[in-house]
Amino acid sequence: MGIKTIVEDNIDILVVGAGLGGTGAAYEARYWGRNKKIIIAEKANINRSGAVAQGLYAINCYMGTRFGENNPEDHVRYARMDLMGMVREDLLFDMARHVDSAVHKFEEWGLPLMKDPKREDIGAYMREGRWQIMIHGESYKPIVAEAATKQADKVYNRIMVTHLLMDDKKKNRVAGAVGFNVRTGNYHVFKSKTTIVGAGGASNIFKPRSVGEGMGRVWYAPWSSGSAYGLLIEAGAKMTQMENRIVLARFKDGYGPVGAYFLHLKTYTQNGYGDEYESKWFPELSKMVGKEYLDTEGQHLSHKPIPTCLRNHAFISEVNAGRGPIHMVTMEAFKDPHLEEVGWENFLGMTVGQAVLWAATDVDPKYENPELTTSEPYVMGSHATGCGAWCSGPEDISPDEYFWGYNRMTTVDGLFGAGDTVGGTPHAFSSGSFTEGRLAAKAACKYIDDGKAEGIVVSNKQIAERKEQIYKPLENYTIGRNEIVAGTVSPSYILPLSGLQRLQKIMDEYCGGVTVSYVTNDKLLSIGLKKLAILEEDLEHIGAEDFHQLMRGWELRHRHRTSECVTQHTLFRKETRWPGYYYRGDAMKLDDKNWHVLTVSHRNRITGEYTLEKAPCYHLVGEGDEKVEV
Amino acid sequence: MPTFVYMTRCDGCGHCVDICPSDIMHIDDKYRRAYNIEPNMCWECYSCVKACPHQAIDVRGYADFAPLGHSVRVIRDEEKGTIAWRVKFRDGRVKNFLSPITTQPWGTKIPDLRNEPEPSDDMRNSQLLAFEPKYIRMDDGDIHTLESNGLKFKEGVYY
Repeated sequence: MGIKTIVEDNIDILVVGAGLGGTGAAYEARYWGRNKKIIIAEKANINRSGAVAQGLYAINCYMGTRFGENNPEDHVRYARMDLMGMVREDLLFDMARHVDSAVHKFEEWGLPLMKDPKREDIGAYMREGRWQIMIHGESYKPIVAEAATKQADKVYNRIMVTHLLMDDKKKNRVAGAVGFNVRTGNYHVFKSKTTIVGAGGASNIFKPRSVGEGMGRVWYAPWSSGSAYGLLIEAGAKMTQMENRIVLARFKDGYGPVGAYFLHLKTYTQNGYGDEYESKWFPELSKMVGKEYLDTEGQHLSHKPIPTCLRNHAFISEVNAGRGPIHMVTMEAFKDPHLEEVGWENFLGMTVGQAVLWAATDVDPKYENPELTTSEPYVMGSHATGCGAWCSGPEDISPDEYFWGYNRMTTVDGLFGAGDTVGGTPHAFSSGSFTEGRLAAKAACKYIDDGKAEGIVVSNKQIAERKEQIYKPLENYTIGRNEIVAGTVSPSYILPLSGLQRLQKIMDEYCGGVTVSYVTNDKLLSIGLKKLAILEEDLEHIGAEDFHQLMRGWELRHRHRTSECVTQHTLFRKETRWPGYYYRGDAMKLDDKNWHVLTVSHRNRITGEYTLEKAPCYHLVGEGDEKVEV
Repeated sequence: MPTFVYMTRCDGCGHCVDICPSDIMHIDDKYRRAYNIEPNMCWECYSCVKACPHQAIDVRGYADFAPLGHSVRVIRDEEKGTIAWRVKFRDGRVKNFLSPITTQPWGTKIPDLRNEPEPSDDMRNSQLLAFEPKYIRMDDGDIHTLESNGLKFKEGVYY
């Protein structure tokens, strides 16, 4: 079929996936690696790719140390509290101490950051909440894309990277990546000394609430295909906190964001009958999770934010008790024309689909309080949750168990991560992901300069085998298609969409999705794993009609591998750590005695078997922090 | 259906095909014009709508839950550095919004780092990133460390 093999050799730094993490990596790599060969491989077009493709109306991670607002440790304590203690505080502290320097650069590059009129004299930014600043970010992605493109030797757009290449000489060392051009079909081989994966987390692995056209209106981008995890798990990298999926309370159906509404517009929620409902679920919930995590009396008085999952729990419980729907009370705030404008521009700037929906249904929040819903679960590592690879921290901070030489390097030599890829670092968001990319790139340059990438060998056999594997779905289709008259039903192949829907059904029903009210248990998870194993056999028989479908087929493989890892982790952690994200029906309590630890998994590349272990959870303490005996 | 393309306005230039993050805007072989090949993988992100030089692309909300009769139109003007939105409700009401998209002329404010002075070995071996510590606080203050902030790491449960 005229497929060419295009080899890009002698790369020093290969960036796979140029969202906010990848663009940060390419930018920083040039600063420290003046003569290094920097190549970007991007599935879409770098100018509008990744989770920020349609823009953002806020930067959710900005310390403001310049204006005396927060120190890095304040942010660490916040993220720790929100994730019920389960975070990598070394990585968080490191990201937080650098993140402001990225944001100040964004402003210099032209990103319009709103200024606080009350603090005009010092030029302080408009705060949405303690950590968020408001921006006019429609062109956020084109701006950071320019920063990356200027530094890279070449940007390859429309390359779906399917596998990482491994060194055939030294065990457990990365050697680049392979993939194909989703337009021309050409086979691309990238031989590289280091690889920084900035690929996306996973949307669409749990059955979405909307299943027709609306399955595209997922909260996280539909093109976030779990490649961050699929690529890494296949390469044998250890993963952490993969059970920590996130469920979002958002405007119904459009999944429009609520951050600016809660924080800036001061809107609030009530049940279908106009009553406040959250607080009445808290006493019982406090018994489930313990007073350290939800202090019903103290927390309200101290205004310490309540963890997002626990607020979800109240939402879900109230709906299940028959008092839905939950409404966002907007009618008061929207009387102020300025706040009304902010409310609308918030959607137009980052979730246009919600504005489309309100226009279609004649919902004007000035006259009507819109409905909220809780989404299907998502697996990702840069928003308010921390799934991802088990990575080394920086040498001046990290405890021994968290440090093996190079910042943001996974447990595979030369393989680095940024953004969704890195585990244990929630609340990085866009600016934090960009910062993580920068940290990874500096470390990757040092790795090369230290001579760690010498003598990498990639056999022609490895390259040829991957090629055969990648294009197999095209062959499956060509052969199988001749067996049938017409249509999509074949006894020998399944289309990528059918495979995706089977995956979503398994994950939904066995791993705690929407239709089971986010509840699972050991029995369900074990059945889920069996079904995922059979699905994996069938994925050998994916049929792809063209290169676009071939891309969907490989996205599905990455989503499947992600799902398997999520299910393994969920089975391992025998407690309910995050009520409101998911529940282990057979262990409905938070269990600090046994589970105040991070979960780490490793999949054997040859046998496919998983080993799971507990890793210690270290916390930052200053004077006055007391240890809680459990 | 998420995005769709008006037959009479599209000239098949392919700007939408070039930009779509989901790879779903393709050129139809027969009509030589663009169309959305996979509406259920469309995020309504408007990247193609903004990129179309003829305003040939529009969005009709997802059929599962959005009634007909609405429109959300946009003009993104790189020269002026603005984006203009018009939201038309099913009942005919209209709202208009205008926002800046950049404060700088495109392509001028981001340097090629190859031209910056080389960092010293000290900087390479430090925890500093490019243009730090200056850009963290925009003054002479240094980077935060555990020591500078009076912190240490301890294993266990601390709140």
